[in-house]
Amino acid sequence: MKNRLKVLRAEREWTQARLAEELDVSRQTINAIEKGKFDPSLPLAFRAARLFGLTIEQIFQDEV
Amino acid sequence: MNQTGSGGMHDRLRRNTLKLMGWTVAWVVTLAIATFGPVFLWESKALTSGALLVNLAAGVGMIAANKDHLMVLDELQRKIQLEAMALALGVALVAGLAYSTADATNLIPFDAEIGFLVFLVCAAYGIGIFLGHRRYQ
Repeated sequence: MKNRLKVLRAEREWTQARLAEELDVSRQTINAIEKGKFDPSLPLAFRAARLFGLTIEQIFQDEV
Repeated sequence: MNQTGSGGMHDRLRRNTLKLMGWTVAWVVTLAIATFGPVFLWESKALTSGALLVNLAAGVGMIAANKDHLMVLDELQRKIQLEAMALALGVALVAGLAYSTADATNLIPFDAEIGFLVFLVCAAYGIGIFLGHRRYQ
């Protein structure tokens, strides 16, 4: 699954650690999601969407 | 969800890790007392029973602390833990039964000791955690 987490984070000049704190997860989890190595759960995707004021589909795209 | 208790994730994780460490140390110390007490310190069976009961109580505390620790982890950390525990359980089952069979059929010239199995399970769990962290780096 592709995602725009890194771009959205960069737009706000946030570090991975800051985003991890905002989403209440570890920095390793943010890094793994950004690299596409780990797909977040639906609740975490909703938290990210709420944080950036976007829909889930605007952040995460299925790779088909 | 993973939001249990107050404070940020790092604070909660640190608190629960320290709690787990405390219970683990208590369990190991009480196990050592229950094991070596009857050999070096006393001859009373009542004292040995008491030491074993205290050890079991510390073990229950350690299990509860481990569960609390898992609840504080985020979803990726839990996934890493799950995969490591699955590896450790698989190794325990396969190696444990093979070891037991080797003992029962006298393939090994000594009695099977539970200590070897415990060491193997710990090693498998440690390797699983290491590989998990590397995979999601």
